[in-house]
Amino acid sequence: MSPPDAASVSATGLSGEAAARTWQRPRLIANAWIRRAAWGGGALYLIVAVATLGVDFERMAAGVPRAAEFVSGFFWPDFTTRGGDIIEGFIESVTMTLLSTVIGVALSIPLAIGAARNFASGPVYLVCRSIIAVSRTFPEVMIAIFFVVMFGFGPFAGLITLIVGTVGFLGKLLAEEIEGCSTEQIEAIRATGASLPKILVFGLFPQVFPRLVGLGLYRLDINFRESAIIGVVGAGGIGATLSTTLNRYEFSSAAAVLVLIIVIVLLTENVSGFIRQRLI
Amino acid sequence: MSGNDKVLQIRALRKSYPGGVEVLHGLDIDLRAGEFLTVIGPSGAGKSTLLRCINGLVPASAGSCRLRGAEILGLRGAEMRAARRRIGMIFQAHALVDRLTVMENVLSGRLGYTGFWSSWARRFPPGDVAGAFRLLERVGLEGYEDRRADRLSGGQRQRVGIARALLQSPELLLVDEPTASLDPKTARQIMRLLRELAAENNLAVIANLHDVGLARMFSDRIIGLNAGTIVFEGAPGELTDSELSTIYGEEDWSTEEVADVSA
Repeated sequence: MSPPDAASVSATGLSGEAAARTWQRPRLIANAWIRRAAWGGGALYLIVAVATLGVDFERMAAGVPRAAEFVSGFFWPDFTTRGGDIIEGFIESVTMTLLSTVIGVALSIPLAIGAARNFASGPVYLVCRSIIAVSRTFPEVMIAIFFVVMFGFGPFAGLITLIVGTVGFLGKLLAEEIEGCSTEQIEAIRATGASLPKILVFGLFPQVFPRLVGLGLYRLDINFRESAIIGVVGAGGIGATLSTTLNRYEFSSAAAVLVLIIVIVLLTENVSGFIRQRLI
Repeated sequence: MSGNDKVLQIRALRKSYPGGVEVLHGLDIDLRAGEFLTVIGPSGAGKSTLLRCINGLVPASAGSCRLRGAEILGLRGAEMRAARRRIGMIFQAHALVDRLTVMENVLSGRLGYTGFWSSWARRFPPGDVAGAFRLLERVGLEGYEDRRADRLSGGQRQRVGIARALLQSPELLLVDEPTASLDPKTARQIMRLLRELAAENNLAVIANLHDVGLARMFSDRIIGLNAGTIVFEGAPGELTDSELSTIYGEEDWSTEEVADVSA
């Protein structure tokens, strides 16, 4: 009845050698001279790099009054003069943001599963990884220019741009999350004789769901800010309004747009924080 | 009862991993209904691989494995899943899906019988739900159905795992280190529960155990596995210290306390 852990403890007692021995963490680069050369080289490069930028103090000084005008515009943001444009731009932006996030998330879930090593292999894995890689290669502004050329000015080009961005972002991060899942939990569902879709629903989905919601909400936030930027190159939304006001030096209206963007970003930040807390 | 009570018949089962390392060198195992077989052996001996080859979680390389006379090695797709339904598997305590409720975890034992959309909507047939409630009560977790699995203790989690496997109404139960990470008392309770449930349902059980004491207490027959080969097979009483040395390598197997370790 006694427990079987037959332990034969070898007695390796600590001998009382009190001699002071020092220890240092092994250095990344063992050779001291190479280490110093690396530091020195890095510092030299930074100095040279700053020198080649051609920092022009005169031009900086000349810009100060205009900056002052711009900043002073911020103290009296003008919501009314271009009120109609601003409202229209915001409705466009919010629509673009919501639609692109929902569609992008829906597309990226199957892509992420196909791009996770523990669920896909061979051609499926390669195709999914490639799609994600391509949609992450170009900055959103460049993609927006491309789609504006393709589909013409307006929010449709912006919508497609944001979907591409969302797929690249979520596909990659979600695939990594899936690869980090507990294999035991998935194996246990597999052992019941469940087919792949059911394994996904019962074994995988519960594991990645909080992260999916978190990433989706974060992307919603990014998409809104991004919609302001790509509007500048003609992809509709509040960015188009912002660009018009700036081009006409209407700094008070521009300030109104920026203030609204800040308010909305803060709002989404708070809402997403609240939702995430509820779910995890 | 049918005359054929041989549940499992394994012949010359081999498994090599890509790269040519063979971890199982041709195993022969027979198992009758109601029999509790324990596999012991050092880590890396191939115990887990053996269990996973039986239900195809790991594909075997060669040999034969018959479940009630029908070959199940090398099955694919729907046929493989149909065979898995008849084989319940119990893992270490952490193999529950953490973010699902206890009830969802138990009901996942019926996934092999439930359509995709029903399982998506968590609408399982009333019979399955009733069965799940009955099993939860039987394993001592009445009233825990809405608790999330990650809120349970190790012993409670393992009880859920047992209920999940039994809800499959299996003919064969594969048990992989059920007591790893459990304290000695909980480990015994879990083993006793397994033993009782296996007897109640006339199940054939293969259990991997690290704890030789538990193996001696709870099995009808013990197999010792070392480096992918069966080096011992017999009743618990036949497992002597010299047999243990054959299985695990030389060691002092006396269980008396080692007196005074001071240097």
